Amino acid sequence: MFLKYAAYRLVTMLLTLGVVSILIFAIINLPPGDYLSNQIAELRATGQAEGVAKAEFLRTEYALDRPLWMQYLIWVGAAPGPQGFSGLIQGDFGWSFEFDQPVAEIVGDALWLTVLVNLAAVIFVYVVALPLGVLAAAKSETWVDYSAAFVGYLGLATPNFLLALILFYYGHKYLGLPIGGLMAPEFEGEPMSPAKVQSILVHLIVPTFVIGTSGAAAMMQRLRANMLDELSKPYVETARAKGMSPTRLLAKYPLRMAFNPFVADIGNLLPAMVSGSVLVSVVLGLQTIGPALLTALKSQDQFLAGFVLMFVALLTLIGTMISDLLLVLLDPRIRYGAREG
Amino acid sequence: MTPLLDVADLSIGFGTAPPVVQGVSFSVMPGETLALVGESGSGKTLTCRSVLRILPGSAQLRSGSIRFGRAGAVQDLLTLPARQMRDIRGNQISMIFQEPMRSLSPLHRIGNQVSEVLKLHRSKTGANPRKQVLETFEQVGFTDPARVWRAYPFELSGGMRQRAMIAMAMVARPDLLIADEPTTALDVTTQAQVLGLIKQLQRDTGMAVILVTHDLGVVANMAEKVVVMNKGKVMESGPAAAVLGAPQHGYTQKLFAAAPMIPQVAAPSDPVVYNDLILDMQHVSKTYQVRAGGWKAPIRVRACIDVNLSLPRGRTLAVVGESGSGKTTCARIALGAEAPDAGSRVLFRAKGAEDALPVHAMDRAQRTCFQRAAQMVFQDPYSSLSPRMRIQEALTEPMEIHGLGTRADRRDKAAEMLRWVGLSPDMLGRFPHAFSGGQRQRLSIARALTLDPQLLVCDEPTSALDVSVQEQILTLLEDIQERMGLSYLFISHDLAVVSRIADEVAVMRQGVIVEQAPPDTLFYSPQHPYTKALIAAQPEPDLSRPIDLALVAKGAGSPASWPEMFRFEGTTAPALVEVNPGHQVRCHV
Repeated sequence: MFLKYAAYRLVTMLLTLGVVSILIFAIINLPPGDYLSNQIAELRATGQAEGVAKAEFLRTEYALDRPLWMQYLIWVGAAPGPQGFSGLIQGDFGWSFEFDQPVAEIVGDALWLTVLVNLAAVIFVYVVALPLGVLAAAKSETWVDYSAAFVGYLGLATPNFLLALILFYYGHKYLGLPIGGLMAPEFEGEPMSPAKVQSILVHLIVPTFVIGTSGAAAMMQRLRANMLDELSKPYVETARAKGMSPTRLLAKYPLRMAFNPFVADIGNLLPAMVSGSVLVSVVLGLQTIGPALLTALKSQDQFLAGFVLMFVALLTLIGTMISDLLLVLLDPRIRYGAREG
Repeated sequence: MTPLLDVADLSIGFGTAPPVVQGVSFSVMPGETLALVGESGSGKTLTCRSVLRILPGSAQLRSGSIRFGRAGAVQDLLTLPARQMRDIRGNQISMIFQEPMRSLSPLHRIGNQVSEVLKLHRSKTGANPRKQVLETFEQVGFTDPARVWRAYPFELSGGMRQRAMIAMAMVARPDLLIADEPTTALDVTTQAQVLGLIKQLQRDTGMAVILVTHDLGVVANMAEKVVVMNKGKVMESGPAAAVLGAPQHGYTQKLFAAAPMIPQVAAPSDPVVYNDLILDMQHVSKTYQVRAGGWKAPIRVRACIDVNLSLPRGRTLAVVGESGSGKTTCARIALGAEAPDAGSRVLFRAKGAEDALPVHAMDRAQRTCFQRAAQMVFQDPYSSLSPRMRIQEALTEPMEIHGLGTRADRRDKAAEMLRWVGLSPDMLGRFPHAFSGGQRQRLSIARALTLDPQLLVCDEPTSALDVSVQEQILTLLEDIQERMGLSYLFISHDLAVVSRIADEVAVMRQGVIVEQAPPDTLFYSPQHPYTKALIAAQPEPDLSRPIDLALVAKGAGSPASWPEMFRFEGTTAPALVEVNPGHQVRCHV
C-alpha cells in the first residue's frame, strides 16, 4: 500500500522534474543572445579574429547554433548532439563558458556542501521550533509565550547578513569560532579526513544559525497557532475526562495533530533555504553553489545556471516527496482517503 | 442511603460578570438517572463539567461543594488536588460528549483510545486491557469488536462512534456516567438505539447517570429524577413522574408546550388533488464521482435515485430522512444549485405564467427571474450571516444584486421585512453577533423574503435552535405562508416538526423515497418499516409512551433486514406503489 503510493509519487516527481527542466531552459534563454554570441560580438568589435574562431567552434561544439527545442533535447540528453547522446540524463552537465571548465568540476564539492549547510539549517529549524512552539502554545499568554514570540520576531526581523556579521564578531571574540568559509583553507581540495570533518563542523555553526533563525521563528509561530487550534477541540476534552496528565495529553493528541503542517513544511523549507542562503553564502564566503549561481545568471552562462537551477528544483521535489510520504505514514485520514460522515 | 453525588450551592462565573450558574444543588443516588434539562445558556453543561473539573480556563468556581463517593469515602471534588482528581476522571466518573465526530482523535485507532483508560487507571492490576476492551465493545453492541479495535474514527458512522465513546466511558466501570447531550448530533433512529444502550448498560452495571439534555422526550424515556435549569438557576426539580406529569413551574410548562410531538391521528384526511404545481421534479437522480486517489478509477455514489416530487402552489412539501438520505441533494437540485444526472427534469412555474420552465435549462433572463422567485433558508443561523455585515447590508444585498429599487426603497423594504419576522426596524444598524440564535434565524428568513419570492427552500431551519425558539420559528413560517401565499420545500430529519407544518411528507432513505403521503395519513397508518421506525424512535415527553426499540431496530437497519415485501433486490429498490389514494409506499405488490 505504502510502497505503491511511494512509487506513484516517484513517477509523478520525475514527470514534474521534466516539466521543470523545460521551464528552466526556456527562462534562461529568454534574454536575447547567449554567452558565446555576446562574446563573439565583443571580439569582433575589438578585432580579435582568432578568438572569434574559437568561440564559433564552441558554438557548434555545444550545439548553440541549432534551434532552441533541439538545444533543449541535447541538453537533457534526449537527442544526439555533436558528441552523441550526452546530457543531464547521461550525467554530463555541460561546459561553463565563464569558468572555462566542465560544470561538474565547478559545482562538484559545492553541491555536497550546499546539501550539508541546508540540511543542518533544516534540522536546526525543527529542533528549535518544535519545543518552543509547543511550549508557547501550552503556556499561551504567559511570560513563556511572550518571550518566545519576542525572540522569534527578533529572528524574523533581523536581516540575515547583519546577524551573520554580529555572530561572527562575537563568536570569534568569545568562543574562538572561525570566520568565513566552510572549512579551514588548508583542507580545501584535500580528501576527507577526521580533521577536515571537524573543521567543517566548527565552521558550520554560524551559517546554520544564520540561515535557520528566520525559518525557525516562522515555524514556531505556525506550530503555536496550530497547537492552540487543536487545544480547543473536543477530543482534547475527552482525553482530560479520561484522567490523562496534562503533559502526556499534550504530546499524544494535539501535538500529533499539529504535526501535519509541520511535516508538510519540509517541502517548502528546502528551496526557501537554498535560495535564501545565496546572499548569506556570498557574505559569509561559503563554498556552496549560491555564489556560482549568481555569477552564472549574470553572465548568461547557460549550462552552469541551468544545472544549478535543476539541482534546486530537485531538492524541492525531493523535499515535497519526503513530506508527502511522511504525511501518509503519520495521518491515517490521508492513508485511507478519509470518507467523512 | 447516602447520595453518590451531592452538589450543593454551586456557583460558577466568568470574570467580573454575575455568575452564569447560581446556587445549583442536586444529588444523585447510586444507580439512579438524573436528567439535567435546559435550553442553551441555562448553565447545564457548565454544571455537569464542574463535576469533573474540566471547565474552560477562564471559568471561576465562586461557591459550593461537590461531594462524591460511596458511604465512608466521600471527597469534595472541588478541593481535591489535581493528581487525585485525575484518578477519579475516567475511572469513577466518566463522561460522554455531544459530538461523537469530533470527540475522538482522528489519528489514533479506537482500540488505542479506549484501552488508554485502562492503561491510565488499571496499570498496576496487570489485567489484559485488550481483552477487557473487546468485551466492552461487545457490550455496547459492536458485532465485530476486533475490527473496531483496529478502526480509525472516520471509518465508523456517527452512531458507531458514539458507541465507541460509550465503550470508552464504560470500560473502567465507573460509578457515575455524565452524558452531555449524547444523542443531539445523531439521527433519531440512532438516538433511540443509543439511549436504549445507555439504559441497558446502567441495568447491567448499576452505575448512576447524569443525562444533560434539552429534549423532554429523552428525559421521559430515561430519567428517574429531573432538574430543570434556566439562566443558571434550578427552576424545578423532583421525581420524573411528578415533574413530567404535572409541571409546577411556568418555565417547565413552557418547555412542555413547545416540545414537538407526533400527533395521534384518529382518521386519515381525504386526498386532495392539486393541479397548479409551482415545482415539479421528475425522475431526478444524482450521481457523484468520488476520487479514489492515485491511479484508481473514481467511485460513483448515488445521492438520489429517480425522485419524483411535486409541490402545489401555496403548500408545504416536506422531505424527511436521516443524514445521507439524499434530502439535501434534492433541495439543492430544486434550487438549481446542483445539476442532476441526464434524464432528470425539474420544472418551475412562476405565478400566473403559462408554461413551466426547466430549472436546469434556462436562459440568462429566465435564470435571474427564477433566482428571485426561489430563495433558501439555511440550517445554521450562526454561519449563514456574515459577521462583518450590518443587518441592513445583509438584507439589502439581494435587492442590490438584482438591481431593485433605489437605496431608500431597499432600506424601507428591509425595515418592513424586519417587522414581518417580528423584529424591530431600529435593529438595522446592528451586527449579527448582537442577536440570539432564534433572532438570527428570523433575520435569514427576512433576507430570503426581501426579493418577494414564491418558493422558499428551508433546509432544517429549526434544528440548530432550542425547542421554545423552534416553536416560534415554525409559527412564523406558517404565518408568512398564509400572508404571502408562499410555497415551502421543507427539509428535515424530525417527523414531529414536519407533522405540524407539512401538507405532504416524503420519507427518504438511501437516496430513494420509501413512503409519501399527507402527514395525517402517514401517522395514521405508516406502511413502510422505515417510516414506522422513524415514528417509533421519536422520544415523546410522555412517560406512558416509551420508545419501542424493537420497532426502531426492525426498520432502521439496512434494507436487507426489512420484511420480504420491502426488500431491495441487490441495489435496485422496488417501485413506489400507490396503496391508497394519495399514499405511496415503496414495496413489492
